[in-house]
Amino acid sequence: MTASNPAMPFAPTVLAPVQSRAASEAAAIDLRGLSRSFGDKQVLRQVDLHVPAGQFLAIVGRSGCGKSTLLRILLGLDAPTSGAVAVGDGRRAGLSRIMFQEPRLLPWARVLDNVRVGAPRGEGKAAGRAAAQAALEQVGLGDRAGEWPSVLSGGQKQRVALARALVSRPSLLALDEPLGALDALTRIEMQNLLESVWRRQRFTAVLVTHDVSEALALADRVILIEEGRLALDLPVSLPRPRRRGSPEMARLEGEILDRLFGKPAPVERVAAGAPQEAVA
Amino acid sequence: MKLDGKALLAFIIPALLLLGWQALSSLGEIPESVLPAPTAVAAAGWRLAWTGELWSNVTISTWRAVIGLIIGGGVGFAFGLANGLSRLSERLTDPTLQMVRTIPHLAMIPLVILWFGIDETAKIFLVALGVFFPVYLNTLHGIRTVDAQLVEMARAYGMSAWELFARVVLPGALPSIFVGLRYALGIMWLTLIVAETISASTGLGYMAMNAREFMMVDVVVLSILIYAALGKLADSLARLLERATLSWHPAYLPA
Repeated sequence: MTASNPAMPFAPTVLAPVQSRAASEAAAIDLRGLSRSFGDKQVLRQVDLHVPAGQFLAIVGRSGCGKSTLLRILLGLDAPTSGAVAVGDGRRAGLSRIMFQEPRLLPWARVLDNVRVGAPRGEGKAAGRAAAQAALEQVGLGDRAGEWPSVLSGGQKQRVALARALVSRPSLLALDEPLGALDALTRIEMQNLLESVWRRQRFTAVLVTHDVSEALALADRVILIEEGRLALDLPVSLPRPRRRGSPEMARLEGEILDRLFGKPAPVERVAAGAPQEAVA
Repeated sequence: MKLDGKALLAFIIPALLLLGWQALSSLGEIPESVLPAPTAVAAAGWRLAWTGELWSNVTISTWRAVIGLIIGGGVGFAFGLANGLSRLSERLTDPTLQMVRTIPHLAMIPLVILWFGIDETAKIFLVALGVFFPVYLNTLHGIRTVDAQLVEMARAYGMSAWELFARVVLPGALPSIFVGLRYALGIMWLTLIVAETISASTGLGYMAMNAREFMMVDVVVLSILIYAALGKLADSLARLLERATLSWHPAYLPA
């Protein structure tokens, strides 16, 4: 398969330097009194949240707590029932990108063309191709540009999806449990990749996950949503790159899990400078 | 596709049948008036090809089939697209189309003869009517079953309505559209055979019916075989097209 493909004259340069194009400014997020209900069911209740530009925020919570809805509202894929959303300076379209739990690649488009789906419009075909190739190299798949998605492994597909999300140099990257379907080792690899691209491109990242240890490995700040409310807001100031299984991480994980399973957390910490915990 | 040993396996039974048929005919076990020997059929084919009668009839039949397919398939495809993409259009037209679908199109033959006589229009109309529904239904189904997650992704990535259609919806519906096309090709020949047998003054069906009048069983068998060959040819062309456009599909990837 690989050898027969003529469309890949590029050497696989893992973690190539970022594209020459100027990076978008990272976007700050401001949510005020955000509520969303579906019929009678209130999914989000009066959420106030401020995310400074460039922060890596993780949102954890049980299934159905409203964390995915929150993410969809940030992306403009869903509208709040009431409340205000501000992302960046308001130019939301084109600046935010999302990675879903599934790779959602177009099966009828080659890998490179799938990445081009995310390329900024109106920059010409050649520029789009070059940017897409650079993004593929950034995720270590520069040599797979000419292949069909169906021949890639699950982890590789998700890396193509990451390249598609990054190619337009977004100011906000929303991650909707993108690693949930991967095996444990691929998952750790992907976490490292995500962290490294975030550190280089410095977009604002919002990761929704079930996995508390994943949230702690990646995020500057972890918030817990329970029954549509912000239940916990925890800054994670561990130095990067983080070592999995360090005592400090275990302690934080314990704190979040205790809160999730109903034991009263000893202290609810409040991140400096951010309005917290709406009283609903 | 290479013709290796395994592919040749498929030809063993047809070859044996042909040999058996020839042997029984030569021994006089099958009367000439019931089923002429394969060599007699081949001779009839040669004779008719020589006079040019065979080609003119094959050409006119193929022409009718293709024109009918283009008209009926084109209209079916257009309705499938419109109703797949627009709920309004579907509410407006689908119930009527489904109602018309319950009429077997061959039941229309007496009426069609009254309307159009026995000239080209009648046969093309019947073929078009026959191929309309498989193309319509499968196009509609294909568009409706496009992966909603991909559509959501395309919207989130800012695709315009046209891009969404050209890059996501249409390619996603294509496998189903091809199913409709291949189904339509079968109906196309079937309709044409019936229409030409009942009312025609040219074409393969006419050639067969005319030969029946003169008890030329070899020509009748020849016509049947040619119909089969044309049907197979149309199906192979559709499969080739399918292979070319669905090369991304795991079912068509080279092993």
